[in-house]
Order: sequence, then structure tokens, then C-alpha cells
Amino acid sequence: MYFYLKNLTPTQQIGALFVIVFGILLLASAATFLFSVRDHGDDPRAELRRTELKSVDAIIRTSWFMVFVFWVGWVTGDWVALTVFAFVSFFALREFLTLSPTRLGDHRSLVLAFFVVLPVQYWLIWAGHFDMFAVFIPVYVFLALPLASALANDPLRFLERNAKLQWGIMVCIYGMSHVPALLLLKFPGYDNRNAFLVFFLVIVVQVCMVTQHIASRKLNRPPIAPAISQSFNWHSWGIGIAVGSLLGALLAGITPWVPGTAFAAAFVACVAGSLGHFVMKALKRDRGIPSWGAQGQSVTGAGGLLDRVDGLCFAAPVFFHSARWYFNI
Amino acid sequence: MLAKMMSYFLLGLIRVLTGSQARWHGCPPKAEQRIYFANHQSHADLVMIWAALPKELRSMTRAIAAKDYWTKTPFKQWLTTAVFNVIYVSRDRSAEEDPLEPLFEALENGDSIILFPEGTRGFTGEPQPFKAGLYNLALKYPNVVLVPAWINNVQHVLPKGEVVPVPVLCSVTFGVPMQLGAGEDRRVFLERARAAVVALRDV
Repeated sequence: MYFYLKNLTPTQQIGALFVIVFGILLLASAATFLFSVRDHGDDPRAELRRTELKSVDAIIRTSWFMVFVFWVGWVTGDWVALTVFAFVSFFALREFLTLSPTRLGDHRSLVLAFFVVLPVQYWLIWAGHFDMFAVFIPVYVFLALPLASALANDPLRFLERNAKLQWGIMVCIYGMSHVPALLLLKFPGYDNRNAFLVFFLVIVVQVCMVTQHIASRKLNRPPIAPAISQSFNWHSWGIGIAVGSLLGALLAGITPWVPGTAFAAAFVACVAGSLGHFVMKALKRDRGIPSWGAQGQSVTGAGGLLDRVDGLCFAAPVFFHSARWYFNI
Repeated sequence: MLAKMMSYFLLGLIRVLTGSQARWHGCPPKAEQRIYFANHQSHADLVMIWAALPKELRSMTRAIAAKDYWTKTPFKQWLTTAVFNVIYVSRDRSAEEDPLEPLFEALENGDSIILFPEGTRGFTGEPQPFKAGLYNLALKYPNVVLVPAWINNVQHVLPKGEVVPVPVLCSVTFGVPMQLGAGEDRRVFLERARAAVVALRDV
């Protein structure tokens, strides 16, 4: 598979990938649809099957969404891809902050976060200021936003409010912005094919999480931290990581790397992504909600975008910086 | 034309900022004559509840706005007349006519109206006591359906005194229609209406 992919021209590679990926998704969608129209009866096992089908269906939808975003990024070029990801950041941050109640004194900092920090971060990527964009949020914004909050003269729960805002910015803007940043990395001998790197990251992390999800359902191991997640256990986590990394090695043909390096890169991304997803679960438990989107049925109208991209938000910066550090670019 | 574009712009803006989700909890959206009454915490309330209504109902539903504030500048006046087609009421009591007169006129014409019975924007989460206007309208037009609504979170989008709005997900919950009981006391009715609005906060 490695040599086959490597020897194709970029156009053929794209063609092959889209046939494979959209084909698999189409098959999966058709299969779940056929299952859903079959009459399962009323016994409890059928009920169980139905709920399982529902969760599988949700995962397939997510995958469609991610592939679509990747496709848009590929077809339209860097500038549009950056804008698309900036909007994803925007909507994810909107969801995050809706469920982290802020006070009126935070208004100015929120305005700064949405309308200054977010565009500047994406502009820095577009302009290729990699050193600046890596430190802009952790160093400069980290100081500037609490200042804006402090000037609002409201000490009540100050640390907590600022910590929440910082977390939201770190995950939704900083983490997310590293995905399109991959588009602008310059690997030697890998011209104009960086969209594959984005695709590589997304598919590897997504496959890892889906595998982990299925494994934890099939194996039924006791959860490690039941108060945080009913399904997370090291065993199925390991299976997810292994499958994700192996897929990374198989896909080495579309990366600038040999299979061994691609395996390592995929491994790093999978570990960061799946553990990040777990951390985000802890944040959700803190807010007392099962998912950022579950409120969609109740009061806030969140669509659950953050549930879909949170793993990626953690995987991307780690993947990006380890790749840059290792290859010295 | 310009007004149409402005209304699309505002609709798009409010959707990007708040998601502008409508939750028809106690009644479906329906083309009957209604009085929607809701809590009031921000200028964005008006746009919010207007955006939450389906397009077909939007054109026949008119909000109430304070005349002194919303006719102060030509832009404000244009916005409220051409885009929102609001009904102006004057807040100062010295006016000769009944301050509710413009509302009577609109209801006679068959329009639905959006009312913020608190009269002014509140600071706290709890709505202030309702003004008597709602009671007078219910008494005079017993056939108009009274629909309570709770606007959630909007005070975070645009707090009183701020200019730049912030994106926060918001929703409008419409509750079960209520009626003025036969011979029901004004204070009792207003308190009941307020409770109906507050109750929607937690559904």
C-alpha cells in the first residue's frame, strides 16, 4: 500500500483517497440505514441494538462532517481552509463559553477573545509567523485578557472565570488553529500536498476514537474513572491507539514520511487526541452535562460541535509541534 | 429594499451570535392572533424573539418600543419602523391619550404583538413585576391568545451599556397559552403571568 500510494501522482492520490473514504462512509451509512429500517421487535435486546445503532450513526455523521471539511479545505486552497477552521473555532468557543457562565464584567474579555484573539491567531498562521503563533495565546493573551477582566472591577470568582476563558481559548482557538497550520508547513520534497497531512491527522485520530469506542462497548471492562467516563478503560484505549497508529503507518504514502515515522506521528496524535477527549469529558462533568450538544434539546441550542472536534483540538498542537521539532522546520 | 437587506443582515447576525433557537414548548407556531410576552434584559431581546419566529409569522407580529428612545435618531427610527415595524408607545404619562391606544389599534388590525411587560430592561436574572398593560389588553381582547416566552442568556450577548455583542448561545422558549380568568384580579393575573414566564426558564 505504501509504495502503491507513493508512486501515484498527487492527482491520482487524491482520486484514490476520495474513492476510498467516501466509499467507506457511503457503505457505512447505507448499512446503518438498512439496519434502522429492519423491524427489531420490542424486546429489551432490540432496544439495546437501537441505541447502539444511534450512537454508531452519530459517529458516521461526525466522520462525514470531518471529511467534508477536509474536502473543502483541499478544493479551495489555504485561505478558505483557514476561514473554515476559524469558523469552527468560533462556533466551538461559543458552545464552550455558553456552558461556562460568565459575569457581566467578562464582557470586554469575551469581545477580545472572539473578535481580536481569534482572527489574529488565524492571521498569524496565514502570514506564516510560526514562532509568533505558537506563543501568541499562551504568553500575550494569557496576560492581556485577565487585565481586561480586572479593569471591569469585579473580583467575584475572578480566578475561576478567567481560568474558564483561558481554557476555552486554549482548546477552541489555539488547538483548533493548529489543524490548518499544517497546511503551511514546508516539508522538503512535499510541495503543495499538505492537505494530505491534515487528512492524515483527522482520519488517524478519528479512527482511533471510533475503535476505542467500539472496543469499550464490546469488551465491557470496568471504567478507570467512572465518575468522569463510563466507557474509558486502558484496554480499549490501547486498542484504539494501536489501530490508529497502524493506519498511520499504512497511510505513510500520503505523508512526507516513511512508514515507521508515520507510525510514530500517528501514535503521538492518537495519544494526545484520545486523552484530550477524556479531559474534555471531565470538563463536561464539571458543568453537569453529558455532552456540549445535549443542551441542544434543552435550553442553549448547542449543536455539539465541540464534542466532535475536541479530540482534534488536543491532537493538532502536539502533532504540529512534535513534527516541527523532529524535522527541524 | 434596504430594510429587507437590513432584516436579513440582522437575522444572519443574530444567528451567528446566538444560534437563535426557538423552542415551542407549550404551543406550536401558528398564524392566530397572539400576544407574546417575555422577560426583558437586553436590546437584543427584540431581535431575538423576532428571529425565533417562523418567517410567515414575523411579518404579522409587531413588537412594542418606547417612543422617546427609539425615535431619538433617524437611524433608530428607520430601524424600528422600516425593518421591525414596531408599535411606538410613549412612556411619559402626561400624554393625553391612553398609552395603550397604539396597541389597541394594532390588535384591531389583526396583528400579533410582542410585549415586554416589565417595561424596561432588568439587570438581575429575575424579571421585575409586570406592568398593568398586559392585563388591560387581555381584558379588552379576550380572543387574543396570550403566549408566555422566556428569552434565555441574551443579557450576556449585549449587557446594558455595552456596544459590541458577544457570541453566546441563546434560546426562546414559548410556553402554554394562558387566559385571563373570569373576574380575575389584576395583581393576581399579573403575578400568574410573570410566574408562567419564569417557569419556562427551567424546562
